Amino acid sequence: MALKTEPFALNIGPAHPSTHGVFRMRATLDGEVIVDVEPVFGYLHRGVEKLAEQRTYTGFIPLTDRLDYLASMSNNMAYCLAVEKLAGIKVPERAQYLRVILSELQRIASHLIAVGGFLNDCGAFMTPILYMLREREKILDLFEMASGQRLTYNFMRIGGVSQDVPEEFMPALGKFMAQMPRFIDEYEQLLKENEILIARSKGVGILPKDLAINSGASGPVLRGSGVKWDIRKADPYAIYDRFQFDIPTGIMGDSYDRYRVRVEEMRQSLRIIKQAMEQIPAGPVRAEVHHLVHPPIGEVYARIEAPKGELGFYIVSDNSIAPYRLHIRAPSLINLTALREMIIGWKIADAIIIFGSIDICMAEVDR
Amino acid sequence: MTIALPGKEIADKLAGKFPGTIIDSNPGWFTVKSESLIPVATFLKEAPEYDFKYLTYVTAVDYFDHFEVVYQLTSLECNHSVVLKTTCPRDNPVLPSVVGLWRTADYQEREIYDLMGIRFEGHPNMRRIVLWEGFPGHPLRKDFNGT
Repeated sequence: MALKTEPFALNIGPAHPSTHGVFRMRATLDGEVIVDVEPVFGYLHRGVEKLAEQRTYTGFIPLTDRLDYLASMSNNMAYCLAVEKLAGIKVPERAQYLRVILSELQRIASHLIAVGGFLNDCGAFMTPILYMLREREKILDLFEMASGQRLTYNFMRIGGVSQDVPEEFMPALGKFMAQMPRFIDEYEQLLKENEILIARSKGVGILPKDLAINSGASGPVLRGSGVKWDIRKADPYAIYDRFQFDIPTGIMGDSYDRYRVRVEEMRQSLRIIKQAMEQIPAGPVRAEVHHLVHPPIGEVYARIEAPKGELGFYIVSDNSIAPYRLHIRAPSLINLTALREMIIGWKIADAIIIFGSIDICMAEVDR
Repeated sequence: MTIALPGKEIADKLAGKFPGTIIDSNPGWFTVKSESLIPVATFLKEAPEYDFKYLTYVTAVDYFDHFEVVYQLTSLECNHSVVLKTTCPRDNPVLPSVVGLWRTADYQEREIYDLMGIRFEGHPNMRRIVLWEGFPGHPLRKDFNGT
C-alpha cells in the first residue's frame, strides 16, 4: 500500500550554522526531498547604498570593508578604482603592486574560509576548517602588519594606499610564500580524492553553463561551470596585465568543481604574488589627492574579480563631495539567483552542501 | 580588455530597425523608451554581432523628475559591453521586467522595487526583498526622509 504523504514547509535559517550568516531558505519538502525553495534576505540590510550618499568619497571606504567582511581588501580596491576612474586619478606604481599583493592574499584568505566551510558542510566537521584557519591566521598577521587591523582594514585610499608597509612585511610575506604551497599540497593530499568528499559533492548541485551565464553568476561559480571568464584577464584592471597566471575552470559545474576551482585559484594567486614581489619598485604609495574628492559630473562602473565574483561599483557624480548615487554589484547576491534550480530535487543534506559551494557573505547580499 | 561599445554607434544602428525608440545617445550609453525596452533588449541579446547573453547589473537612479534604470549588457564571447538605459515617470513608475531574458535581473529588480519603488511588470515575484512588507516608502528615493 502506498503511503499517503503531503509536502510541508521548513525554514532553514535564519540562525542556522550551515547558512553562513543570517540567511533563510523557505523550503517545501516532500519527505526529505526539496521540491521548492525560496530564499529570504534582508536580516543584515544596513542601507549601505543610501549611507554612501551622505558621506564623502573618502568617508565611504570604511563602509566597503563591511560589505564582504571576508574580503575587505578587495572591496576597498574596487571602490577606490571606481572613484579613481571617475576623477581621473593616477595611482603610483608601488601602491599598484601593494594593492595586487594584498588583494591576492585576500583571495587566498577568503577561499580558505570558503573551502573550509564547504568541507564543514560536507560533514568533515571542524578538522579541515581549523587547518584553513591556521593558514588564514598568517595572512591576517600580514594584514595587521600593514594596516593595524585584522578584519576591516580600511587600508586603501583614493589614489593609493594609506601608508607603506613596514620593513618587516616583505620578509614575513616571503616566509609565508615559502610555506603556503606546501600547505595547499597537504590539503590536497587529504581531500582531493577523499571518497566521502567526492561522494557528497560530485554531481551534486549542477549549474549548467547556459544557466550560469543567464543568471549572471560570476567568480568561481561561473568558472566551475566551465566558462573561462576572469575579470583579471578579460578586462585587466590595475596592473594585472603584467602577470602570468592561468584561469582554472570546472567541467560539470557541480559542487566539487567549484571547490576545485577555488583550490587552484589559491595556487594562481601565489603565482601572482610571487611575480609582484619580484617586480615591486620603491617610491611613493599615494598620489596627492585632496581629502574632499569631488569628481566631475558623470558616471562610472568599475569592477574587479573579487574572491566571490565580479564586484563592481556604479557611481553617479554631481560634482559634489558625496556620490549622487552609488550602486554595488554584489557577487554574493547575484550568485544566489540560480540557487533554486540548483537545489530543487536534492535532499536537505545536499542543499546545505550546494549552498556552501556557492560561497556567499550575507553582509554583501543584504548590504 | 572588454571593449565598451559606444552607445551612440549602436543607437544609430538600432534607429533604423526600431524607429522612434531612441531618446538619447552618447558615447557612454543610450536610452530607449520604456515600451520598446523588451524588443531592443531581445534584439541585443539574440543578434550574433552583439551577443549580449550576460547582464552584468541592473540599477536605478532617482533624478527628482524621473527615474532612470541602467542595464549593463556584456558578451562573454565577444568580450564587449554596452550600457542601456530607460526611464519612467515618477508618478507612475512602471517598467517591463527583463527576467524573461536574463535571470540575473530577478533579485535586482526586486531590490529596485524595494528601495526605489519602481514596479516591474511581468516579474514572477514582485515583492520587497530586503525590507519588510509594509515598510513606509522607498529609501533610495531622494525625497525619502531617513531620520
